[in-house]
Amino acid sequence: MLQIKDLHANINGKEILKGLNLTVRPGEIHAIMGPNGAGKSTLSSVLTGNPVFDVTHGEVTFLGKNLLELAPEERANEGIFLSFQYPVEIPGVSMVNFMRTAINEQRKYRNLPPVSATDFLRLMREKKELVEMDNKLANRSVNEGFSGGEKKRNEIFQMAMLEPRLSILDETDSGLDIDALRIVANGVNKLKSPENASIIITHYQRLLEYIVPDFVHVLYDGRIVKSGDKTLALELENKGYDWIKQEVEGK
Amino acid sequence: MAEDILHEVTSADYKYGFTTDIETDIIPIGLSEDVVRIISAKKNEPEWMLEYRLKAYRHWTTMTMPDWAHLNVPPINYQSISYYAAPKTNGPKSLDEVDPELLKTFNKLGIPLEEQMALSGIAVDAVMDSVSVKTTFKEVLAEKGIIFCSFSEAVEHHPDLIQKYMASVVPVSDNFYAALNSAVFSDGSFVYIPKGVRCPMELSTYFRINASNTGQFERTLIVADEDSYVSYLEGCTAPTRDENQLHAAIVEIIVMKNAEVKYSTVQNWYPGDKNGKGGVYNFVTKRGICKGENSKLSWTQVETGSAITWKYPSCILQGDNSSAEFYSVAVTNHHQQADTGTKMIHLGRNTRSHILSKGISAGVSNNSYRGLVRVGAKAENARNFSQCDSLLLGDKCGAHTFPYMEVNNETAIVEHEATTSKISEDQIFYCNQRGISTEDAVGLIVNGYAKEVLNKLPMEFAVEAQKLLAITLEGSVG
Ligand SMILES: Nc1ncnc2c1ncn2[C@@H]1O[C@H](COP(=O)(O)OP(=O)(O)O)[C@@H](O)[C@H]1O
Ligand SMILES: [Mg+2]
Repeated sequence: MLQIKDLHANINGKEILKGLNLTVRPGEIHAIMGPNGAGKSTLSSVLTGNPVFDVTHGEVTFLGKNLLELAPEERANEGIFLSFQYPVEIPGVSMVNFMRTAINEQRKYRNLPPVSATDFLRLMREKKELVEMDNKLANRSVNEGFSGGEKKRNEIFQMAMLEPRLSILDETDSGLDIDALRIVANGVNKLKSPENASIIITHYQRLLEYIVPDFVHVLYDGRIVKSGDKTLALELENKGYDWIKQEVEGK
Repeated sequence: MAEDILHEVTSADYKYGFTTDIETDIIPIGLSEDVVRIISAKKNEPEWMLEYRLKAYRHWTTMTMPDWAHLNVPPINYQSISYYAAPKTNGPKSLDEVDPELLKTFNKLGIPLEEQMALSGIAVDAVMDSVSVKTTFKEVLAEKGIIFCSFSEAVEHHPDLIQKYMASVVPVSDNFYAALNSAVFSDGSFVYIPKGVRCPMELSTYFRINASNTGQFERTLIVADEDSYVSYLEGCTAPTRDENQLHAAIVEIIVMKNAEVKYSTVQNWYPGDKNGKGGVYNFVTKRGICKGENSKLSWTQVETGSAITWKYPSCILQGDNSSAEFYSVAVTNHHQQADTGTKMIHLGRNTRSHILSKGISAGVSNNSYRGLVRVGAKAENARNFSQCDSLLLGDKCGAHTFPYMEVNNETAIVEHEATTSKISEDQIFYCNQRGISTEDAVGLIVNGYAKEVLNKLPMEFAVEAQKLLAITLEGSVG
């Protein structure tokens, strides 16, 4: 469903992605690991169309469409969801209003009428329970005054509401205690289906105990330099990244 | 609700910019005692009214334009403006006699004047250029003793009330624009709510500038007698024109013992184009007095239009235990400039005032809040709370806050808080990533920011105002 071919991307003239290739098929879970600054968040930003990055070369197709030609909101409405590494606060905009706007935008994109108030409230309740989110949070402004863990949980709540085809989780597990981690993993696993896929960016093996990946990739210096199965994650956690560096630089 | 409304918004242009092709009685440009006499004669005014105008005119000639506001006002040639323009259709009358072009105009503005089609529960006085075109529901209101008519009619039919209250809150010498208005004002609305009457519907005046090279100088006078209540709305639009047009209005409100007046404005005069060409200069004096005990006055304004806005709806809290509110959203985009705020003058004991100002600036605009809280020596236990927030869209616009406090009674508590925030690219992208377009994201964020003020507006206006905020800011981010 997602093909990335020789992707290069810059920020302020500095090249961050340097020829990245990745293919994700429906039903698959891909984990991406790699040292800080390797370009993992850059990849998620570029896939979702963040305008601060310039794509200088390469192709990305998503469900047969040229993804790079679509506006960020179109990519979202095509079914790409990003759980942000650093979720943004939007004061004054209630979660309810925000989510209803997002859902209705998605429905409009798919030529569906706006969701009815009762259906919407039912959906909210159902998904809140799924991620064990406090009622209070749902009534507050988007992420405003949320703790780090609450923000991450709110990302998964939104993912559950929007039911994306491809979800990208950018270090959603960082800073979460073990209970929160389980809830996040549970949210992801509930969404798993033969049609949907996930890309999980993480530093830690422990999330991958809950969400079992089909593939593990190492992103290093703007490229995917190594791919393997779930055992690669364990190896990375034990051995760090130095051996990868040596392997890459030795080439 | 906000998002449904925002979806309706599709056009980034000022949609009220059309002109009405109607024969207009317009006097030559220029201002002099003779012009003042001509205006008074055209309106068949009594001698006392002419004297009042002349006194104001003479005083005006001794005054200069105020220059203390944070505004860059180009020189205005007061001799190049026509001070009277009337659609040729003498005065308010029955609907059959109103020129169909005028009915069409107001229909197009969403203000149907046919009572059976009218917005339910709202009586409208429609003013085009210098005259009132039609006042709806007059008879229904008259049954309760409520007077709602054009200012001209009031001068003719209720001279005692006009003489008693006109200029009792805003004297002719108050300021340059007030003096000018007092000399040449053309029409406007008059409201009188008798003792003990709760006005059964919203009253509203809709102002429309149509003719070119004319100024609009209207005057509104609202008197709420003891134990009465009224909610009043004001809306305004003007055609798109390359030259600037002057609008200098006066609103006076008198609130007696135990009475309450709510005054809401959605100001949407033509703001000029994206390059700052054209637009209305909106120099307005609005003031009320809480004259009696326990009286209450509330100003709510949504200011989205005009090239330049100079406006400070104020309140004199004279009666003991009286209270006043000022809720404002002022939006400036492109080259617009606004210097707006309020004055709360506490004279009586236990008087309360609350100020909530929300400024939103985009483009290369400038947006200032200017507010005075004065507590007189006898105002025991006076209390004021002011909250002034600024929201910036982009980094080429300006937001400024000028709070003044003069407290002459040590039992008073006066508090002021101010914040400045920005809509960041990260916030916009976050919304985009959830499928929300940039325009809708700005609308969502801005309406969220302004909602405490918008919630104060009567329902029909709140909807209109939300749309307006979104339209005004279209194209301001990204
Ligand atoms: N907004 C930015 N401005 C300048 N450089 C940036 C910006 N965002 C990321 N970078 C740089 O891009 C590189 C990759 O960052 P990132 O994709 O966030 O790495 P990761 O998520 O793998 O830790 C880093 O060198 C980082 O400093
Ligand atoms: Mg990162």
